[in-house]
Amino acid sequence: MFLKELTELSGVSGNEYEVRNYIKNKLKEIGCEFYVDKLGNVIAHNKGKKNKKIMVAAHMDEVGLIVSHIDSDGFIKFQAVGGIDQRVLNSKVVTIGENKINGVIGSKAVHLMKGEEREKSIPIDKLYIDIGTDSKSETEKLVNIGDYVTFKSDYVEFGEDLIKAKALDDRAGCSALLELLSMKLDADFYGVFTVMEEVGCRGAQTAAYSLDPDFSIVLEGTVSADMPEIKDHSKVTSIGKGAAISLMDSSTLYDINEVRKVERIAVENNIPYQLRKSSAGGNDAGPIHKTKDGSKVVAISVPCRYIHSSVNVASINDYNSVVQLAKLVILDNQKGE
Amino acid sequence: MNYNSELMRKLSDCFSPSGRENNIRELIINEIKGYADEINVDALGNLIVRKKGNGKKILFSAHMDQIGLIITHVDEKGFLRFSNVGGISAKEILGLRMIFDNGLEGVVCSEEIKDKEKITMNKLFLDVASTSKDFVKNNFKTGDMCVFKSEYYETDDCVICRAADDRIGCYILIEALKNHPSTDNDVYYVFSVQEEVGCRGAKTAAYQINPDLAIAVDVTDTGDTDNGTKMDVKLGEGAAIKIMDKYIITHPEIKNLLTDLAIEKNIKYQYEVLEHGGTDAGPIHLSREGVPSGAISIPTRNIHTSGEIFSKSDVLECIKLVIEVIKK
Repeated sequence: MFLKELTELSGVSGNEYEVRNYIKNKLKEIGCEFYVDKLGNVIAHNKGKKNKKIMVAAHMDEVGLIVSHIDSDGFIKFQAVGGIDQRVLNSKVVTIGENKINGVIGSKAVHLMKGEEREKSIPIDKLYIDIGTDSKSETEKLVNIGDYVTFKSDYVEFGEDLIKAKALDDRAGCSALLELLSMKLDADFYGVFTVMEEVGCRGAQTAAYSLDPDFSIVLEGTVSADMPEIKDHSKVTSIGKGAAISLMDSSTLYDINEVRKVERIAVENNIPYQLRKSSAGGNDAGPIHKTKDGSKVVAISVPCRYIHSSVNVASINDYNSVVQLAKLVILDNQKGE
Repeated sequence: MNYNSELMRKLSDCFSPSGRENNIRELIINEIKGYADEINVDALGNLIVRKKGNGKKILFSAHMDQIGLIITHVDEKGFLRFSNVGGISAKEILGLRMIFDNGLEGVVCSEEIKDKEKITMNKLFLDVASTSKDFVKNNFKTGDMCVFKSEYYETDDCVICRAADDRIGCYILIEALKNHPSTDNDVYYVFSVQEEVGCRGAKTAAYQINPDLAIAVDVTDTGDTDNGTKMDVKLGEGAAIKIMDKYIITHPEIKNLLTDLAIEKNIKYQYEVLEHGGTDAGPIHLSREGVPSGAISIPTRNIHTSGEIFSKSDVLECIKLVIEVIKK
């Protein structure tokens, strides 16, 4: 499990190099062949018994911010990269750029807000990052326009088997994929660590084009909605209830025969699983299954509470279920007829 | 050529929402078996039927899938929660009967709501009419899909049915194939999957075929009602030659080809500019290096409801136009 190391790295979409470097080093340690394509996807190859061409994808990037303006007092204005939860930005601790400059996201104090303003979440253009400087020139010595901003949030274990971290979407998938590659299975597959999923699954598109797979597995961190005020039928997934298998989202209708096959493998091997009860959201499966002449794809995910915020919560047991299930699905697809 | 009610009734009655096109694919294969040079089913489930030739590669596309609902949660009381597959609005389905592949039915009900205008999918559920927990458990699973229950009906000149979008397009291509004229052209009849969720099948089909030109055959809206869409397409006024929709501006050569053929062969036609929506021609014309593409549309009222209405004579004009394109 590489969750602690992976979640503490910074890798906002388009700026995945820290995660990529970590993964490249791990792949060298494992002794797994790989290359990096033009967009920055890491494409690793686990050689083994081959029946069809399999691609297993997890995205390296996370949602975050990008510096767009430095004002005359040295405050930093920013834009969102990917679908960040804007409600939770205020008063978060962040790090900026390669030099990891510390900052806090601030806004007008609550005392100065009028009645209605207090009721609403603060829009992104009313927020700024304070890095403790008091002039434009001082800030400019430390931060450039275009620098990426990441939440600062440690990996913490708590409860029975829970973890709290940032970027579990989709470092959970990256960690699972690294584990699968380190198992040295006698089953051929390409492990693809993609870039820029959070801004429209862009890396997966080019990776699928160059690999042209017959079958793909997307490993994800997905929305968990098991909060008290939510009714049973709206709980997309619940943490602790196992690996989440997707039926449909905004970019993919998962082939029902493949979905039922994954379910069957889970049942036969006593791996806890749940079906993802929503048709919203999207992931790398979208572009992958539509590339070239098309292919089949399934998505197996770790349910994460508070996704796209600085504090994701997930269950280690669910994570392990995802790894086990993905392993068996790969083996099943390569076992031959 | 006459309008074949029996064939269209079979196509409309066939259960096949997006992603579950197996029934309709089987039906079409059985219907066209003797007429094709090659029949292929690709990874996503597109049915690709070829009439070989040494000339231009022409792709015709009609989609096999229909809109429906997907079950997201089954509770013990037999209430099924769902999400839409394709363009179905929560406001328009309250009280409708839905039917599953296994023939079982349910009716769309809602929780108590104050303002019907504000109704959303997560306030709706299907009641499958059983108090037996076992019946519910044994027959309905998360991931199952259902479609409108609706019977085919016709008058002398028009038809009411579900899924005219785009079974009538499939009908037109089947009839064109059965009357395939002698030609040098290499013709691919594509019965595509997953159009209703974003024209996904057409994208991969176009990539494989790599055609010289492409025509989608699909339904389009009409401007027939007084306070409805302002649109110059009328039911009964002939094949609609698409000029533009949200995803394509018809290639001028294709527009001219279709118009010239219609005039020359005395085929009743009208031009279509559709403000919203699109067809398989969208992804097809952007495939690889680009494909000159357009669409022949069947004017249809009440699209995406359980009772879509089209005119039989328009359908016959569309078939004639497709056959003329094949000959050209």
